[in-house]
Amino acid sequence: MEFSRRGFLKIAGLTFLGLAAKPGWEVISKVKPSESSPAPNYFSGKKWGMVIDLKKCWEAKEEDIESINTCHRIHNVPSIQSIKEEIKWIWTIEYEKTFPEHIHDFNEEEYKGRSVIVLCNQCDDPPCTKYCPTRATWKREDGIVMMDFHRCIGCRYCMAGCPYGSRSFNWRDPRPFIKKVNLEFPTRTKGVVEKCNFCEERLSQGLLPACVEARKDKAIIFGDLNDPHSEIRRAFHGRHILQRQPELGTKPKVFYIV
Amino acid sequence: MYDGKKIIPGLVLFLGIVTYPIWHNTVSGKTSYVPKPEIPADKKECVEPKAFIRINHKDLLDDWRTSVVRSGIRIYQASNKKKYTMSLNRTCMDCHKDKTKFCDQCHNYMGVRNDCWDCHMYPKELKAGVK
Repeated sequence: MEFSRRGFLKIAGLTFLGLAAKPGWEVISKVKPSESSPAPNYFSGKKWGMVIDLKKCWEAKEEDIESINTCHRIHNVPSIQSIKEEIKWIWTIEYEKTFPEHIHDFNEEEYKGRSVIVLCNQCDDPPCTKYCPTRATWKREDGIVMMDFHRCIGCRYCMAGCPYGSRSFNWRDPRPFIKKVNLEFPTRTKGVVEKCNFCEERLSQGLLPACVEARKDKAIIFGDLNDPHSEIRRAFHGRHILQRQPELGTKPKVFYIV
Repeated sequence: MYDGKKIIPGLVLFLGIVTYPIWHNTVSGKTSYVPKPEIPADKKECVEPKAFIRINHKDLLDDWRTSVVRSGIRIYQASNKKKYTMSLNRTCMDCHKDKTKFCDQCHNYMGVRNDCWDCHMYPKELKAGVK
């Protein structure tokens, strides 16, 4: 049989088409995951804040300790007994160190040396996020200054940027220093920075932050600063409101009332 | 051939040494080894079909991570319209309780290393020794 050039091309073309059919069909019939459900808008319109009633705190010191222990237990914060390597999300410091701009020669004696509970201020204009080269820390729409431990490269610029010392660095594997690991929250690894996350994982489940829930004296009030009828906004009425170093312009969202 | 008596045994010896890994593995049965990830007996389905999970589990986990941490979306709607919480600890490891019997089976075989377990934990690990 004479095999013409035209005939050869036809057969070759059909053969290639036949060979391409199976992979082509696989591309078209590929299992595609459906889009995840649309985001419930719990970020929008909210601005989470915290009010700490110092008068109530000073009446019951053990409640402060309860708040700190609960937070650290829930978030797998290791207890490392060294000032350089310690990890803290919430802790206490003296009144005069918390509010240095309020200290003068005639301060009421009762304020001096009193311990004040401090945590990440969740600043409205956070300096830490501006330093982060990988966007591992950023301000969410609801005002929470978040940490993405997956992205943190451990450069510690954010720690240099934070004027409140709210951030801690994991100089070593923290796991051996955790008394009892909470499975619900990951531990951290060597070489990442961590800080208070305003219990965003609890907020997403409709729970209050651990430090608020842990205490019975209601000295810490948490809520939406944008809502004029919220408990937190009502707590401001008729009280003297303090912020930590407001002159720095970071606009802390953790307020103190005395 | 000059020195044939030396060259030919030399070549045979050389080829023997060079191909040692191949025939060693053949003799010890390693070439026929297939990783056997343990599938939980009491669970019928994964969040997505097996074929999809096999190829795309890494992208799925990456998407879950980004979704939860960056966007705060925690519910995943699977292709069969079922809803799952996007969580390695609570969803994946709820069925695959021991990563050494599941994840590691293929990862070790393929020489894949991941950092998940530096921070995340699986229930069996807690029982085994981490306090």
